[in-house]
Amino acid sequence: MLNRTAENVARATPEPLARKVRGISDKGLAWLFISPTILLLLAINIFPLFWAIYLSFTNYRANRPNEVVKNLGLANYQRILGDKDIWIAMQTTAHFVFWTILLQTLIGFTLAWLIDRKFRGHAFWTTLILVPMMLSPAVVGNFWRFLYEPQIGLFAYAISFVTRIPPTDIQMLSNVSLAPWSIIIVDTWMWTPYVMLICLAGLRSIPEYIYEAAEVDRASNWRQFWSITLPMALPFIMLAVLFRGIENFKMFDMVNLLTGGGPGSTTEVASITLKRQAFESWRTGYSSAFAIILFVAVFGLANIYVKALNKVKQR
Amino acid sequence: MSLTTAHSVVAPSSNSKRIAGTIIVLYALISIVPLLWIFATSFKTPPDSIAYPPKILFQPSLEGYCNLFTTRTRQTPEYINSLGPATGFCDETTRKRNMVIAGPSNFLPRFVNSLIIAFGSTFCAVFLGTLSAYGFSRFKVPLADDLLFFILSTRFMPPIAVAIPIYLMYRELGLSDTALGMILLYTAVNVSLAVWLLKGFIDEIPREYEEAAMIDGYTRLQAFWRTVLPQATTGIAATAIFCLIFAWNEYAFAALLTSGTAQTAPPFIPTIIGEGGQDWPAVAAGTTIFLVPILVFTILLRKQLLRGITFGAVRK
Repeated sequence: MLNRTAENVARATPEPLARKVRGISDKGLAWLFISPTILLLLAINIFPLFWAIYLSFTNYRANRPNEVVKNLGLANYQRILGDKDIWIAMQTTAHFVFWTILLQTLIGFTLAWLIDRKFRGHAFWTTLILVPMMLSPAVVGNFWRFLYEPQIGLFAYAISFVTRIPPTDIQMLSNVSLAPWSIIIVDTWMWTPYVMLICLAGLRSIPEYIYEAAEVDRASNWRQFWSITLPMALPFIMLAVLFRGIENFKMFDMVNLLTGGGPGSTTEVASITLKRQAFESWRTGYSSAFAIILFVAVFGLANIYVKALNKVKQR
Repeated sequence: MSLTTAHSVVAPSSNSKRIAGTIIVLYALISIVPLLWIFATSFKTPPDSIAYPPKILFQPSLEGYCNLFTTRTRQTPEYINSLGPATGFCDETTRKRNMVIAGPSNFLPRFVNSLIIAFGSTFCAVFLGTLSAYGFSRFKVPLADDLLFFILSTRFMPPIAVAIPIYLMYRELGLSDTALGMILLYTAVNVSLAVWLLKGFIDEIPREYEEAAMIDGYTRLQAFWRTVLPQATTGIAATAIFCLIFAWNEYAFAALLTSGTAQTAPPFIPTIIGEGGQDWPAVAAGTTIFLVPILVFTILLRKQLLRGITFGAVRK
């Protein structure tokens, strides 16, 4: 209906005008189509980023908007790089990122490798495994607090059932040495399916004839795994590690609800420190500087990593 | 099987299949237990939910759902006896606990906020994303690769880092704690995903269709409308669901930038408290209602899942 009208209008339009309308076609249309997105991103992402860069050189505090803003130069950056608490937060983040990625890659790859045997019903069980990663980390993280309750929680009960440790001793969230593991467990539970899915795609991309050739050469299963399966799936594994690494470096929602950074600051990952500085202590300038440092760190590390990834791909 | 000898050489033996199947089923069952526990807890009474040892068998009750949707105040038994007969199930259960219903809770408005913000931002992101993706896919855009990388790079920023200047900006513009502000923000976050995914989908549609349509006298715009959009429907639908899931699940921005009128469900659910701590059956009830739509979407999306979560970097 709409198109017929459009056609009629097109036919009735005098030739030069029609050419004009068609004239905007390619180049004009391209910009017409792309510019709204770019403008939105400039307004909501880039402008705030530049504002944050400006604020990072000042002593501005968002809860005292009327105070005179002083230019501090690089003082905020110097203080952050010399701040012990910031370095502790970075170490906590590194510990969290390292263990979650290690566990997720090991378990995720193993699961993918097993699913690739294509046993009966594998499609159904794969879908079931994928469910946790689609859910809200905040809402589910909040519920894990209940599962971790020392006595009434299911997790503590199950662990004490297996290990015979009294359930009141399993203080996952309030014990200083267990709390970092409590967030690692929840993150691994949630995101192992993610790594598994990408690894599965990698395993399925390996052409069958390579295995056939190896079989003809009488290569052992062990040998096939190390010289065919793993190297050919490696770019996919590395991609999964990249995505998880970026996400977990920024991790906020699940940790904020599960431990809130506590007990003390044992699970205070970088994002939690940032939130405490920015929205509880209201040190806006200082926290902006920290935000910029984090952003540059993610960006830099991701860039180096992508270069390595491309090298592996080209091999 | 015997004919395709090539396959039989490398096909996993039935024994290894059985072992693999058992391990996968075990993993799936264990990983689903926390979700089943949320579901079960939502049908427990508060005393049952905190029983030791944890109760696996229990008398199901809708008290959690009653508590989720209402606020209650404690009253003396004399006062409760002086009231007329209870109206409905929730009223009756509440009175058994020496309380009366004071009014509706904030759960429903927060849930509605989640719906408005998630659907609003998804619509905007998919609309903008489709146009841009078509632009990048079909036209020679100068610096296209740089622009595409720029669009993706906005995803590298930690949400809290973005939240500081957004908080200040919204305060100046009067967008703090408004649905419009949240829709704009989520649109900006989602549009990067939408552009990357949709570009992949549109790249797969052969150009010949549009070219044929344009030879028939259609303008570029008509050709886009008549030939490209209908073929991209599946891709657009999948993209929309991914955007919807992100906006639905998002917590960091919502917690920092909304506090009242525009608050969504994820920051609200953890604040549901009863007397003496969290009211776990009510929290579980809210969580269940909140998670069910995503469960349905996950099942619908299972074929496109891989593409969606990797920004189209991996296709099956």
